[in-house]
Amino acid sequence: MALAFFFYFSGVIVLTSVLVVALRNPIYSAISLLIMFFHVAGLYVTLHAEFLAAVQIIVYAGAILVLYLFVVMLLNVKREERYHAQFPLAALLGVTILTEVLMLAILRGFSSEPLPTLGGAGQADQATGNTETIGEVLYSTYLFPFEVASLILLVAMIGAIVLAKKDIGLASRNQ
Amino acid sequence: MTGTELLLDYLSRYFPVFVFVVIALLFGVVTLVISHFVQPKYPEAEKLSAYECGSEPFSDARMPFPVRYYIFAMLFVIFDIEVIFLYPWAVVFGKIGFIGLVEMLVFIALFLVAYVYAWRKGALEWD
Repeated sequence: MALAFFFYFSGVIVLTSVLVVALRNPIYSAISLLIMFFHVAGLYVTLHAEFLAAVQIIVYAGAILVLYLFVVMLLNVKREERYHAQFPLAALLGVTILTEVLMLAILRGFSSEPLPTLGGAGQADQATGNTETIGEVLYSTYLFPFEVASLILLVAMIGAIVLAKKDIGLASRNQ
Repeated sequence: MTGTELLLDYLSRYFPVFVFVVIALLFGVVTLVISHFVQPKYPEAEKLSAYECGSEPFSDARMPFPVRYYIFAMLFVIFDIEVIFLYPWAVVFGKIGFIGLVEMLVFIALFLVAYVYAWRKGALEWD
């Protein structure tokens, strides 16, 4: 039953990922990417990573996908034909990686043993909530990286404004 | 309890979320299906043409959008990530107490700098 959840989520992830690169209308690609994001969030939930699942939906499905759609709208891509010539190369790479994964799986054997976690973090997750654990660690041990993250976001925002405003300035000069 | 039972017990707590997703999907599908069968259909050339505020459509709807839209999307992404940091903070606020408040004030102060910068540079203005 637990395996059924995994196969449902991973199956849909694989299918929609293939559709993202195979569909020729970029808007359809973006929508299948959205379905993929939601199923990745589902996979995170089965892995007891609720916070990551929420981040997946809020940031990826909510914000990153908007950026992708805006890029499609900005560049005015109607149908994407250019990259279909790269199919043989992509197939070669894909088959190579698939062989590698299969070999690893066969050599290691399909075992239902849980993978070792860092310092028994898996048990801690069960006791309290996943989000609580992240919060406690983030606002005590990793306080400095947390504040640095704020600074990086500030720099990203200033960079975005500088780049985009340059374009707006050019547009108003041309008028 | 075995691992499978634990996982099922855990996932059963997500049943309301599942019901919510199903209702959301059904709402869209059922609305479309019902309106497909119930709507009166008297098609004619004028009705089937694209409606553009009464004026004649003069070009394809899929034209490049101004880059100005993109800056709003980027600002949205950045503030969205800030919100992500607020969730775990709100959950453990009772435990980390006053120091946690100071940490978050520093975090938000840096964002206020970014917000003031965006405002003063006119990034939130349309023109």
